[in-house]
Amino acid sequence: MSAPETTMELREVRGPSALGGGRRRFLDLLWLMSVTEFKRVYFGTVLGYLWSLIRPLMLFGVLLFVFTQIFKVGSENVEHYPVFLLLGIVLFTFFQESSTNAVTSVVSQEGVVRKTQFPRLVIPLATVLTGAFNFCLNLVIVFVFIFAFGVEPTWTWLLFPIALALLFVFTAAVSMALSVLYVRFRDIAIIWTVVAQVLFYATPILYPVDFKEGGDFEHLLMVNPLAVIFEQVRIWILAEPEAPSIVQAAGGWLGLLPATVIFLAVCAFGAWIFNRDAPRIAEEL
Amino acid sequence: MSDPVAANPAPLDSRAPVPQAGGPVAIEVENLKKAFRIPTHRVDSFKERIVKPFAPREYRELKALDGISFDVRRGEFFGIVGRNGSGKSTLLKILASIYRADAGKIRMAGRLAPFIELGVGFNVELTARENVVLNGVMMGLTPRETRERLDSVIEFAELGEFADLKLKNYSSGMLVRLAFSVMMQADADVLLIDEVLAVGDASFQQKCADAFHEMKSAGKTIVLVTHEMATVEEYCHRAMLVADGKIRQIGDPAETGREYMKLNFEKGVETGGETASLTGADGARLLDCWLEDGAGQRVTTLEQGERIRLRAELEVEREAAGLTVGFVIANADGLGLFEFGVEVEDADGSATLAAGRRVKVSAEVENPLASGRHFVHCGIQSHRGGEVSLYSHNAADFVIFGGAPSKGIVALEHEVEAVVEAEGAQ
Repeated sequence: MSAPETTMELREVRGPSALGGGRRRFLDLLWLMSVTEFKRVYFGTVLGYLWSLIRPLMLFGVLLFVFTQIFKVGSENVEHYPVFLLLGIVLFTFFQESSTNAVTSVVSQEGVVRKTQFPRLVIPLATVLTGAFNFCLNLVIVFVFIFAFGVEPTWTWLLFPIALALLFVFTAAVSMALSVLYVRFRDIAIIWTVVAQVLFYATPILYPVDFKEGGDFEHLLMVNPLAVIFEQVRIWILAEPEAPSIVQAAGGWLGLLPATVIFLAVCAFGAWIFNRDAPRIAEEL
Repeated sequence: MSDPVAANPAPLDSRAPVPQAGGPVAIEVENLKKAFRIPTHRVDSFKERIVKPFAPREYRELKALDGISFDVRRGEFFGIVGRNGSGKSTLLKILASIYRADAGKIRMAGRLAPFIELGVGFNVELTARENVVLNGVMMGLTPRETRERLDSVIEFAELGEFADLKLKNYSSGMLVRLAFSVMMQADADVLLIDEVLAVGDASFQQKCADAFHEMKSAGKTIVLVTHEMATVEEYCHRAMLVADGKIRQIGDPAETGREYMKLNFEKGVETGGETASLTGADGARLLDCWLEDGAGQRVTTLEQGERIRLRAELEVEREAAGLTVGFVIANADGLGLFEFGVEVEDADGSATLAAGRRVKVSAEVENPLASGRHFVHCGIQSHRGGEVSLYSHNAADFVIFGGAPSKGIVALEHEVEAVVEAEGAQ
């Protein structure tokens, strides 16, 4: 036996949990599961990665046509509307795909959950990380557009990762909550499709936050944490001088409070409910 | 452990020295309890919750484990047996940290590798290679260590040409082979194994058997859950019988095995109680017919070789001139194997029995029966050589357990000797 004598002491077995089992193992497992899943999607179909690109691009094409040729919302309010639109779609695709895949993630990994012991949190997080890989590839296309449309690089691009980190955390929290709730309530899958659809329109993706005169609409929009993140990305990446800052859009610092509270509440809820349910997931399946 | 098979020419008598009772403890389980709440009406959707928010959620409490305590010494091969639903798999799942116990304490020394049911939690959408790596990391190895072992795992499973095939396209035998070889390569200190031996073709089974012997002599602590008493008796140092969430017996594997067989037939055997009460043409009535053990308790199972103690009760309704009671023991095919009988005399010695007399018959017969179900037929003749006035088919039945499976209908004491003559010897 190669194990050193120190590991042969009796240690208490506490049963399954969300985390646990050592940080290194957690990260190894998380990384491996995400990469494996990404590869599976990437190599599993004939067109592979192209599919994950085609969907947002199709959406982009249709929306671009509608909002520049028919409604003229975009072209009049935003300097680089196509880039603005594509950036928004790619960011939202990350959020929507990750969270939607996360809903069924724990249940579809039933075989693994019921037969092996490992930190349960890996499952929804791996889904989000896989989504993040896709997102990174899509981001390349976005930057191609950015340069093609002649957006000047600025130093604020360096701040972009901050917004991405916030989006990642938010997506992870939502995914954690959805994945364990789905174990007990199968309605979650349908409910979440609808909620995600609503969120798409309640986030400044198609329209800039300031497209309507008068502050009430902006203020209301800024209750949505996603809206705040998206607006900040627009400011940092597109660097439009006339775009309102998030503080302006929310009508003062106090206006950002609801979004902050919702953001923190969602994170806390996700962590709490996952941690609470993780030990018994295997039995509920 | 690079190649467990080649490394070891399978020492067949593998009763490796039993780990000493005072040796270091590898697994310590204290008063473990686990109950499942089974909703009599499962609430699966929000709608049901919303429409009837205060409807009482009814649960049936199923005590899967009810206060289990035991120790497993380091290097011990420990068997857990029990009938379906006895709680043995739940116990293993709690030991493997898949379920959480309601109460009690478990302490374990060293690294653990659980193998629960077939497939050790593979993802069927992935290839064998990816699954092996994933599984290794789940078990706590680093990705590099796992990749180093990958080839020997695939090789041991004899799946070289299928390594890049998705598991959903595997046959069940291939899956089991893969699972088993993953387990063999896990290099853990404590192995928890649930029913993986029964599958695979004969050559792979032999490979598994060899591997078990190898692990055993390597001093690994192994907990094995199984139905197969033969496996338990072959490998285990100690065995535990779980019944209704409690420990029924713990200790010597052979003894536990016997207890298990007894338990198996105890509940499953129905006696022909009603058929026993028959009235014959001459008024003699068979009230009851049963088997007893040495202590006078009614039984429906006998261990092979245990003497058959048959009891019957009859009542004479009308005066009868001489009664003979006979029994036939038949096997499951309906073939009568042997018979015995007795002439009944009244208390005063006369052959004529007064009306209303009750007769108790008890017989003790040697038991050469092979294992399996047997039936007792009971016949009553009004006078010697006369017509059989009452014949109760299957008045009682019983099961013989234990002993090797046999093609014969009886198992007789025997001495067999084989002498190989030396060449040239006269």
